[in-house]
Amino acid sequence: MNPVRSPLRAWLERHASPLAALAVLALWEAACRFGGLPAYVLPAPSAIVQAAVELGAARWGEHLVATLQVALAGYAVAIAVAFPLAIGITASPLLSRTLMPWLVVIQSTPIVAIAPIIVVTLGAGTLPRVVITTLIAFFPLVIATATGMASVPAELVELSRSLRASRSREYWQIRLPHAVPHIFSALKVAITLAVIGAVVAEFVAAEKGLGYLILFATSSFKVPVAFASLALLVGSSLALYGVIVRIHRRFFAWSL
Amino acid sequence: MNPRPGGPPGPVIALQRVTRTFDSSDGSTVVALQDVDLALRAHEFVSVIGPSGCGKSTILRLIAGLLPASSGSVRIYDLPVTEPRDEIGIVFQKPTLLPWLTVLDNVTFPMRHKHGRVDARDVERARELLRITGLQDFAGKRPAELSGGMQQRVAIARSLLHDPDILLMDEPFSALDALTRDEMSFELLRIWSERPKTVVFVTHSIQEALLLSDRIVVMSARPGRVAEIIDVPLPRPRGLDTLADPRFTAMANDIRAKVFTRKPEVHA
Repeated sequence: MNPVRSPLRAWLERHASPLAALAVLALWEAACRFGGLPAYVLPAPSAIVQAAVELGAARWGEHLVATLQVALAGYAVAIAVAFPLAIGITASPLLSRTLMPWLVVIQSTPIVAIAPIIVVTLGAGTLPRVVITTLIAFFPLVIATATGMASVPAELVELSRSLRASRSREYWQIRLPHAVPHIFSALKVAITLAVIGAVVAEFVAAEKGLGYLILFATSSFKVPVAFASLALLVGSSLALYGVIVRIHRRFFAWSL
Repeated sequence: MNPRPGGPPGPVIALQRVTRTFDSSDGSTVVALQDVDLALRAHEFVSVIGPSGCGKSTILRLIAGLLPASSGSVRIYDLPVTEPRDEIGIVFQKPTLLPWLTVLDNVTFPMRHKHGRVDARDVERARELLRITGLQDFAGKRPAELSGGMQQRVAIARSLLHDPDILLMDEPFSALDALTRDEMSFELLRIWSERPKTVVFVTHSIQEALLLSDRIVVMSARPGRVAEIIDVPLPRPRGLDTLADPRFTAMANDIRAKVFTRKPEVHA
């Protein structure tokens, strides 16, 4: 092919991804302005930005913090629940047989469907929102951690046995670290699930948060505000995902 | 302390009429080892050779106390083996290092795993073992940064950390390329001559067994039995010239013939 590429072409290729995004935004803007799409069907990007500015940074911060609080609390509880469960499932065939069916049942239950029930049962505070988030986020963590711990090479287990090490050291020093690559895969999935869980919970019962804001804005036909909330949700989710990736790289580089 | 060589005479490791069976998944019983008799003197280097499925690794695990015998007795220093014992070091087929630990931490891992701490003496000893195995410049590296041969050397250093009297090696060089294998064999001979140990060395390689061993146990398969025990009278120290010794070649051919004639033992 062409061995010497023009500088323009090289520049275009290097920035292909953001340029494509800009092109989509431009097309979107043009379609709304000149294509006659009403703002309640699809607001123009400029209208979304304008609505976002009108609402003000303070209000956005309030809603964002509310959602992040629920998402992160649910995520933390999911981790705290998942690790002991995974260890129990790996260590005891009896626990595995008795617990696994329940975990699969919980995972197979549409959480969106039982969210209203949870709110009725637990009241309207933060607790039901955290519970809903936890229920959505914890399953991949349990499965990945258990899979990782069970996939330790037989010879490493024999090494541990040959040293007559305690079961707890076998888990802390061999099985859990061995599961780290699996755990981080699940941590990445679970953080995005936690944001989804927080939004679901806010749809059911909340007086602030980005999920609540979407519901409130659409019900009063302030569609640009709903789109701005959506953009902020996606952005937060990506940022949280990035944080997990960084933690993985920074502290567990060996497992990459 | 345990009776060391020079104390009471008698075998260090003794297997008497040892049989080990396994229940296979279809409900039938597989006899992995049948009536195995074997005795190792102190500081003897014995290889176990035979076709796949002859129970070579099972013998090792019985001696290591990782598996109980179905019948017969396994004794170390005349005491029945009921659980893994401290005077044993094990090297597996794969290096089985912990990828999250540095080379040095991998070598001291047995202490941390067994006692929960590593003291300065253990670290000093680990560094010495890394010197012996030529890995002193790699103490701070992770296993993934090392070649397969170097990883297996780390595993050998790890098995020697507590200066075991008995070294059990389960095809330790089988995953390595031919050149590295020879190099590792010579290295093992050197380590063994510097710190004599009773060694049980499971291998597929007749050359390797001849080069290393005082005696070679030839096994037959299904059920695994001791077919023959062969003395290796080749002079020590052994090295590259041993491989060129006509007796070496003659014995290798002889053993190969024995392993091959026994292999197709199919009972109708």
